[in-house]
Amino acid sequence: MIERDGAIMVTGCVTTGEAVAQQALCHELGVIYMSGLTHGNDTTGKDKRRYGFRHFFQGYMSGVAIAPLLAEEYGRERRAYHLTADYNWGWTQEESIMNATEALGWETVRAVRTPLGLGDYSQYLTPVLNSGADVLILNHYGHDMVNSLPQAVQFGMRERMANGKQFEIVVPMFSELMAVGAGDAVKGIIGTQNWNWQLEDDGSKAFTKSYGAEYGVPPSQSAHTGYVQTLLYADAVERAGTFYPPEVIKALEDFEFDGMGNGPTLYRGSDHQCFKEVLVVRGNEAPTSRFDVLDVVGKTPREEVMYDPAIFGGELGPYEPNQC
Amino acid sequence: MDAILAQLLNGLDKGGAYALIALGLTLVFGTLGVVNFAHGALFMLGCFCAVVFRYLLTIETVTIDPEQLSPWGAPVELRTPLVQDWLGDWGAFLVDYSVPLSVLFAVPVMLVIGIVMERGLIKHFYKRSHAEQILVTFGLAIVLQEIVKSFFGANPMPQPIPSDLRSAADVGAWFGMEAHTLTYPTWRLVYLLFSLGVIGAVFAFMRYTTFGMVVRAGMADRETVGVLGIDIDRRFTIIFGIAAVVAGVAGAMYTPLLAPNYQIGMDFLVLSFVVVVVGGMGSLPGAVVAGFLLGILQSFASMNEITSIIPGIDQVIIYLVAIVILLVRPRGLMGRSGVMES
Amino acid sequence: MFSFTRKQFTMLVVFTAIVLTMPIWLSPLGAAYPGLMQKFVIYAIFAIGFNILFGLTGYLSFGHAAFLGVGSYTAVWSFKLLSMDMIPALFFAVIFAGIFALFIGYFSLRRSGIYFSILTLAFAQMSYSLAYSVLTPITNGETGLLIARDDPRAIDTMLGVGQSTSGMPMPSLMGFDLTGYSGFYICALVLIVCFFVSQKIFASPFGMALRCIKSNQTRMMYTGFNTKPYMLTAFVISGMFAGLAGGLLAVTDPIAGAERMKWTESGNLVLMTILGGVGTLVGPVIGAWLIKYFENIFSAINTNMLNSFFEFLPDGFQSVMVTVMSKFVGEGWHLTLGLVFVLIVVFLPGGLVEGTERLMRRFRRSSDKPRSSVSSAASEERS
Repeated sequence: MIERDGAIMVTGCVTTGEAVAQQALCHELGVIYMSGLTHGNDTTGKDKRRYGFRHFFQGYMSGVAIAPLLAEEYGRERRAYHLTADYNWGWTQEESIMNATEALGWETVRAVRTPLGLGDYSQYLTPVLNSGADVLILNHYGHDMVNSLPQAVQFGMRERMANGKQFEIVVPMFSELMAVGAGDAVKGIIGTQNWNWQLEDDGSKAFTKSYGAEYGVPPSQSAHTGYVQTLLYADAVERAGTFYPPEVIKALEDFEFDGMGNGPTLYRGSDHQCFKEVLVVRGNEAPTSRFDVLDVVGKTPREEVMYDPAIFGGELGPYEPNQC
Repeated sequence: MDAILAQLLNGLDKGGAYALIALGLTLVFGTLGVVNFAHGALFMLGCFCAVVFRYLLTIETVTIDPEQLSPWGAPVELRTPLVQDWLGDWGAFLVDYSVPLSVLFAVPVMLVIGIVMERGLIKHFYKRSHAEQILVTFGLAIVLQEIVKSFFGANPMPQPIPSDLRSAADVGAWFGMEAHTLTYPTWRLVYLLFSLGVIGAVFAFMRYTTFGMVVRAGMADRETVGVLGIDIDRRFTIIFGIAAVVAGVAGAMYTPLLAPNYQIGMDFLVLSFVVVVVGGMGSLPGAVVAGFLLGILQSFASMNEITSIIPGIDQVIIYLVAIVILLVRPRGLMGRSGVMES
Repeated sequence: MFSFTRKQFTMLVVFTAIVLTMPIWLSPLGAAYPGLMQKFVIYAIFAIGFNILFGLTGYLSFGHAAFLGVGSYTAVWSFKLLSMDMIPALFFAVIFAGIFALFIGYFSLRRSGIYFSILTLAFAQMSYSLAYSVLTPITNGETGLLIARDDPRAIDTMLGVGQSTSGMPMPSLMGFDLTGYSGFYICALVLIVCFFVSQKIFASPFGMALRCIKSNQTRMMYTGFNTKPYMLTAFVISGMFAGLAGGLLAVTDPIAGAERMKWTESGNLVLMTILGGVGTLVGPVIGAWLIKYFENIFSAINTNMLNSFFEFLPDGFQSVMVTVMSKFVGEGWHLTLGLVFVLIVVFLPGGLVEGTERLMRRFRRSSDKPRSSVSSAASEERS
């Protein structure tokens, strides 16, 4: 597209592997990349690039945000079993959640990698029952989660007792679409989100209304981040007064803004990651329609989810594009 | 101990699906001598029979209530399934049990599809080489899966289990173990019983009907059957239809376990060939035994104790077994000796 | 060995001309940008290699995608460990793919026909699973293997070749940058060399032996001819071509993913070869170009373009035609491809090359009509 159609800004992805690859390519060709749905730490961590920008939150933030609620609901003496999708996002998510839960005092019994795109998780779910764990953490997204969560529930996990406590399942990151796809299985499951259409602030309400009028369904967090990234790019170009990428990049770096539905947000210059409050959500036990399947049960403030960019390594690279 | 039993159940359950698909494939290869790379697509079509059936059952009347507005400003829609309107509670029951009932829908549909496929295309390839059969059925598989994709989109469409069967059965208790030590989803047990039932039906058909006898004779020695004056070509169409039905109902019942999408056929295709090769390419009992065996092997190989010694073995063990069998005993576990032993 | 008939020479010259002028004749078709042209050329190399196996011996292998993958991964590891120069990368890609092909071929060739095909299928799926989820330290699983700025590049540091200070290091040929059109021309040169090699193989006694294996392997063995080494050599050669193609893919875009090792990619390769004409010299190349064109250009045709195309029809007709055609173009391009493939296998097993030959024969026959019936019958017998 860059060669064929002369694109000067590229956006959109559904997974971190894609984002990292696209980011690298755009950086080589001197085209700005506003990533879409990517949650793995690497996109603004070890694989960060000067020409890549991420608005969506990431694994470390999810871990830090979800931990207090997990401690409140399930206590500090839990033994966790992780089932992780075997790819870039899964690995970094597992690492972040494990660090966050172990900081609470939970013990990680085991972490098993499941092949990406596997449909039938029965062979991975059966060992969980007798492993001595009492919480199952599913580091799965998209189709993986739509299959694994209902299957885990089908195995009767939530009715069991283990170590004298009720067995629980946690899905650290999910979206409304996945929750709808998982159906009844998602009731009562705790997770985190970047944004939810039920938020009460003006920006969110306006967006939800116009999106709903156009498409007949409320927007998902992926749609939200797509729109926000495009608006941010357009705004940066206006402020820089030019389309020339290095200037646009400088306009985006360390940019503080609000009104996009996440509260006051900082586009940090040292790693091109947006920092904002993180939503902790829970599956709605009694949904009134197809769409309010998740309730927002907590908002973790932005200060708590900030971290030192050095913990992930990587470097942004130069402002000037490779070919010029 | 319970871990082993649990994986055994997993293996049997998966093995049931493998055995059913392999059964159809062997029927076609054993009697018609045709290598059918579109067999995975037949499984996929069976899955989508269930999808379509449920869709038909849940056609809804949508009344828009302009008074009430949803939170995003669109008027609220009241959806009532037509079936429920007409048949009340019985209708709700039908919708709930749509997956098992779709089997009844899938049987005639898959039969027609199989017959059309055979008469239209496969028939012309009996005399052609295996390579060409592979090619044309591969192309057909692509066409079928793309047609499904253009109508249903690329997203998986999970189908629900009937609500009564959604729980996990306390299998441990049946075997006298402590309660809740070995629970297994009820629907998977249902699927296992279903696959055993279909396998039994096919074998009974082959054993106790004249048609079945002719098919078995044809599998053993086609020329002599022709010499005896039996027109086996016409029988072939029905056999292909039966194979399609078996694959289709396997798919239909599997939908709650694995959300169907257009690519599911290709994924199962390789598996089905591997199973057939291990069992013996002309042998029906071989296909069934190999299906269950490989399912169990795969489940055991994914046990944590084993993967910690050889990581990733569960991914490749089926292929390893197939390769070893092909090299050491090419007629498979139960194939006839002399077949393909060069 | 190096004698060259006039016919072969003409074919090589014409082929070279066509390939080197690709940017010119592709632009009206909307395909003249370097990324796509590189793909055209690379997949043509892939198809030529496959044709040496399938076209000459008739053995249908589903495993070649695995060799492509091995070539890609080797090339990227060479970029990481040795040097950003493309020569060591390609060299090792071909060698490692060849070794891998030797290993797989040794086992698979113990059987023939459908069992051979299934063996290669099993090996291919095994390689894919290994690359995707088991050997992730080597292959980086689903994300794919990328180069990083701080990779140890032993040969580069030894020779003191500095990296460009800006951005990521790029593959180069002796310091010569390889992106865009220059990348395309290097790949095109490699394709021409491969075509030449393929021509020589087809015309050599080795090629003749392979063709004999296709027509009647048992009889060949009865005459005391040991077919095994010939088969294995053909298999390894085709594997090496695949490795070369994989290496070139990594040279033009330094990333290696497991997706290209899926058995359905081997299926695409078979499609390319059959579509063009299996067993001919140019058939696979044409098939590869057609399929890559479909994949990239055909798939981008959307309803707007269809609407403007059918504007001359009255409104009702126009919307019907657009709805019908939209199932077959754009996202439905794979459907069209499948249909074309089935039609070709059923009616025209020699692919497009056979199709054009038949057309030309028909033209020639109609222009030769005044000839006497005897001589035309004789000429038909000879053709």
